[in-house]
Amino acid sequence: MSELFQVSSNPHVRSRATTGGIMMLVVIALLPAAGFGIYNFGPRAALVICVTICSTVLTEFLFGLYKKKTTVTDLSAVVTGLLLAMNLPVGIPLWMAALGGVFAILVVKMLFGGLGQNFMNPALAARCFLLISFPSQMTNFTCEGAGALDAYTGATPLALLKAGENVNIMNMITGRIPGTIGETSMIAIVIGACILILAGVIDLRIPGSYIVSFAVFTLLFGGHGLDPAFLSAELAGGGLMLGAFFMATDYVTRPITVKGQYLYGVILGILTGVFRYFGPGAEGVSYAIILGNLLVPPIEKVTRPVAFGKEGRKHAE
Amino acid sequence: MAELTFQGGIHPYDGKDLTKKKKIREIEPGKICVYPLSQHIGAPAKPIVAKGDRVLRGQMIAEAGAFVSAPVHSSVSGTVKAIEPRRVASGDNVMSIVIENDGLNEEVPYERRESWEKLSRDEILAIVRDAGIVGMGGAGFPTHVKLSPKAPEKIEYVIANCAECEPYLTSDYRRMLEEPEKLIGGLKIVLKLFDKAQGIIAVEDNKPDCVKLLRDLTRGETRISVRALKTKYPQGGERTLIYATTGRKINSSMLPADVGCIVNNVDTLTAVFRAVTEGQPLMERIVTVSGDAVRIPCNLKVPTGMSYTEVLEEAGGFSKQPEKIICGGPMMGTAMFGTDVPVTKTSTALLAFSKDIVSAMEPGPCINCGRCLEVCPGRVMPSRLADAAERGDEETFLSYNGMECCECGCCSYVCPAKRPLTQEIKSMRKLQLAKKKK
Repeated sequence: MSELFQVSSNPHVRSRATTGGIMMLVVIALLPAAGFGIYNFGPRAALVICVTICSTVLTEFLFGLYKKKTTVTDLSAVVTGLLLAMNLPVGIPLWMAALGGVFAILVVKMLFGGLGQNFMNPALAARCFLLISFPSQMTNFTCEGAGALDAYTGATPLALLKAGENVNIMNMITGRIPGTIGETSMIAIVIGACILILAGVIDLRIPGSYIVSFAVFTLLFGGHGLDPAFLSAELAGGGLMLGAFFMATDYVTRPITVKGQYLYGVILGILTGVFRYFGPGAEGVSYAIILGNLLVPPIEKVTRPVAFGKEGRKHAE
Repeated sequence: MAELTFQGGIHPYDGKDLTKKKKIREIEPGKICVYPLSQHIGAPAKPIVAKGDRVLRGQMIAEAGAFVSAPVHSSVSGTVKAIEPRRVASGDNVMSIVIENDGLNEEVPYERRESWEKLSRDEILAIVRDAGIVGMGGAGFPTHVKLSPKAPEKIEYVIANCAECEPYLTSDYRRMLEEPEKLIGGLKIVLKLFDKAQGIIAVEDNKPDCVKLLRDLTRGETRISVRALKTKYPQGGERTLIYATTGRKINSSMLPADVGCIVNNVDTLTAVFRAVTEGQPLMERIVTVSGDAVRIPCNLKVPTGMSYTEVLEEAGGFSKQPEKIICGGPMMGTAMFGTDVPVTKTSTALLAFSKDIVSAMEPGPCINCGRCLEVCPGRVMPSRLADAAERGDEETFLSYNGMECCECGCCSYVCPAKRPLTQEIKSMRKLQLAKKKK
């Protein structure tokens, strides 16, 4: 035979979707929330975002040099860095933000085998690590000299609610409240979520079941009965929206089965409620999702799909 | 009425515009024709001619080697030059009969039957068997075996598979448009074998002209209905087709007959009709020649045994240097090293692409996105099966229902990490099937 053509196993066509493309979409979808964070908290928010992204990307790059395998081009480190910044208060010392980035990539992701192998969401694990290591800096939402207005610093609305005070729900929905950089504006987050849903990156299974089950839990055990003001404040505050649409839907650390995704959402909703109403703190989204991540293997085990036609005749052995 | 379809599936670029308006053109075989003895599932055929023998067009040159087997016929008149292993599309070397075409086209006398209605069940089955008819959608299962289920009285549906869900393929489409009466005739003959069965002609709704034509032609037929199916790959898969048309499900250990169904492809039914009414064995098929590297994409009526190289010449050769040549559709077809292999009973298409996008892709790690689960018509977990296959973990593979995979390729198609999921799963399935046989 004079010339040989290339051969490979079927199929011989592939869709256009790529890992890098999906990561890019997530970054784009996070931009409204990030932009609002900068607008709300001032230029220092942009600085924190830059530091975490540089830290995660650099960590992944250096680890890649050590392992002689470049993985930084898949953009997943950018997503982790951006998500981490969304979860940090604007006044955090920059070295802490950088440390969080290193922890997220090196400890949570690369040491477990890199992209796809980590069992906890890297950004959230880093946030929890920082929250435990540096509780005062991580929960200090006042920020001197950052150019932000006083009205948007101070105690978060959920902390006020827990203390029995009133909050302005309109401000919670637009995001003119204290909190971490990316969690405050429900509107900006929902815009980003719409981008992801329309682009087919995520669907409503997890966010939907998470938010609905949390709402039900709030009505039953929130201690305020059928108070719509309390319910909407609990839904809009404390990073629930950011968590439900951007963290709980993280591919690597959520169940892959359809039924499992609904179950996972419900578990997250209940855990968040337990942490918020029965725990000492006012928030609980991060811990709920991290704990939920650990439950993914058993959830997948009990929700494995039934193969097509499996209910038919028994397999002949 | 709800759309007739199944769960999962994909919508790849279909490329059918290249050839759907091209009328079927008959072409003449070249000097040398090669007839592999294994063009079907089952035992290879046994040669009944020897080197030096003169054969006629339509003459049986190899007989069925077992019950699950099919005879082979010459599509030319000429002399047997050799009986030797020859390379086929899959890359294997298969024992083949090589015939030198004398160009005279002398044919054996065919036994025409004007009134096939009087034939008995066994007579029809014998005609189908002796005509060497096999499933022409690609699998090549001997048709007479398919038509002889254990309990014929339990067959409720005979489904004509006219979905043609593979991208680029238009051979079935042209066949339906140009010779619909043969398709319907073939279906009627098969229906005669099964008294209680209803005939269903199942066409994807991207071929509305076929649906309309077939509906017009079957008006007044009480036993035949035409159903339009949602256009989605792999709608023409046996399991998905049965589910979409009847709502019944079969798994990998079942045959369609287990749920009262018999499924036959357009070309197969046409061949049945020709065998029964004209007495002609299976010696030709429609092949779509297409792809961006083919100068004149077209649909050709090709005598079996003809070399793909000659088929390509009929299509004007290559317009650009191709990187990849595929026998069959882009989803389930086989990539070929070269074109110097014969057209067989199951060759649906010859595709040539200037770019081989798959070889250029660097597979990355799984990000657990779940797209493969969403599209899998077998409702299994392709990413987990591929992991297990990669590790050689047979136990996990089997417990995750790996054998229920139909190898349609949807998972590999959608994977953003570009993992060769189908390939991994296929390899493990092959291993398991081989073990079972032992």
